[in-house]
Amino acid sequence: MESTALVALLQDVDPEAGLEVVASSDIHPTVYVSRERVVPFLRQLRDRPELRFALLAELTAVDIWPHEPRFEVICILVSIEHRLRLRVKVRLHGDDARMPTLTGVWPGANWLEREIWDMFGVVFDGHPDPRRILMPEDWDGYPLRKDYPVQIQMKPKTTEAMQMTEAEFRANLLNDRLTRS
Amino acid sequence: MPEIRTETMTVNMGPQHPSTHGVLRLVLELDGETVRSASPTIGFLHTGIEKTAEQKKWVQVIPLVERMDYLSAQSNSMAYCLSVEKLLGVELPQRVQDIRVLIAELQRINSHLVWLGTHGMEVGAVSVMLYCFRERELLLNINEMLAGFRLFPSYMRVGGLREDLPRGFHEAVRSFADRLTGKLVEYEDLLTKNEIYLKRTQHVGIISAADAVAFGLVGPIARAAGVDYDVRKAFPYLGYDTYDFAVQTQTRGDVYSRYLTRVGEMKESLKIVRQALDRIAPHGIYAVDDPRITPPPKDKVYTEMEALIQHFLIYSQGFSVPAGEAYVPVEGPRGEQGFTVISDGTNRPWRVKSRSPSLLACQALERMIVGNQIADVIAVIGSIDVVMGDVDR
Repeated sequence: MESTALVALLQDVDPEAGLEVVASSDIHPTVYVSRERVVPFLRQLRDRPELRFALLAELTAVDIWPHEPRFEVICILVSIEHRLRLRVKVRLHGDDARMPTLTGVWPGANWLEREIWDMFGVVFDGHPDPRRILMPEDWDGYPLRKDYPVQIQMKPKTTEAMQMTEAEFRANLLNDRLTRS
Repeated sequence: MPEIRTETMTVNMGPQHPSTHGVLRLVLELDGETVRSASPTIGFLHTGIEKTAEQKKWVQVIPLVERMDYLSAQSNSMAYCLSVEKLLGVELPQRVQDIRVLIAELQRINSHLVWLGTHGMEVGAVSVMLYCFRERELLLNINEMLAGFRLFPSYMRVGGLREDLPRGFHEAVRSFADRLTGKLVEYEDLLTKNEIYLKRTQHVGIISAADAVAFGLVGPIARAAGVDYDVRKAFPYLGYDTYDFAVQTQTRGDVYSRYLTRVGEMKESLKIVRQALDRIAPHGIYAVDDPRITPPPKDKVYTEMEALIQHFLIYSQGFSVPAGEAYVPVEGPRGEQGFTVISDGTNRPWRVKSRSPSLLACQALERMIVGNQIADVIAVIGSIDVVMGDVDR
């Protein structure tokens, strides 16, 4: 199917989705949809017999800071049945970086959304398991944001050796031996 | 008679476990020997390659992406280069396309040999591991011949290849292909009808075709479940539509089907290797003739002023890529692979994102192992062929 024909089909899917077609430099026709309608729109793409985009091949984001809206969430969809490919994007403002989760449409979106949350701080409302995935759980900040520094100069964390007298030390040993037996 | 109290047991498998292929931690809930739930924890090998890539020039990213999926290095760098070339609007010469096909298929065989060896060893067939690594050694020698580096050759360049094929390359590849054809029969004799291997792998770790697609497992795992999808056939790149090969599919989606799929793929790859080898002239053009991205030949650098300037520009400030976004899907050894490459028009990438088939395979692990025995967990992890460097990047 030609990309123009595919885009024409998309226009019928949901007239309220705020569909905006943009030029693309690869084989994926590219459309923007509004955040509010993205989940019903994608579900239609998956289920319509003439489209059947059953495969979510890629889900990622990009930060175009300092421009606003700074985040773009990018989905690449594949229709194995009809040999079609499509790129769907959603724009998100930096001060309201949240969108509904796609895990209800494709269960495989789970970890990909966790990765976007981890790296960009985009919240996916209704996500079943909203935890960091690649970075440690106590990490500060979102590393792939453009305003996140590449090199952070930090003082190394050190701890003092435990201070105790010899008598306390011996008492400790004795106590330990008593409680163990 | 007093009632016997039973409860489930929670066990940590990994991060340091020899069969997790890197550092994957699985928290398993066991009911006796049966797995009730499994939650994988990843991130132990996260090295921030995507953030690092944003600080590098376009060409400097190639060695970085080769180190993501360290068993299919050339496949990664090829996917990256194809995406950047798409943004540049470069049309590759026919010979470069054929050489890339050849290298990609050798890389697939390389990866599948490592997979077959380690998987065989984990289910108790240690001799298969020794045989597979013996043949893989020949492939590493070919890499060394090609680029002087065995695991991460960095032979791909944006716009073509780093240099021309070395002398004796055709003979080396041909003798490898002849040798492996016979050796594959040997591996199959060891495993395909081996009663112990069948008991360990049949009806284990099943995933249905619909689940495989919903979890994005396109590649050998989905093909083993009956999904007839191969990027080389569905969305041909590098002229794959002109090669004669068949997509390998099975129907049952268990560990054994994945074994059959991958062994079949190695045979098909050998077919493509032979066809590509016939098309490639021993010497000829190895990069696109575009002064923006291809360095001039050395003899011109020494004799012509323009060539010297061009050489200096390319090696000092690199080249700029027009603003835009590209993703070129390729069929890597583990499934659909590709790089989302975004440029803002400068000489450094704005964003580089790898589609990692291993990450998605790890995610679907729970789906495959719940209800199986704990000993099967090892067979299943082996069968999905995860590379943790690719999962964590």
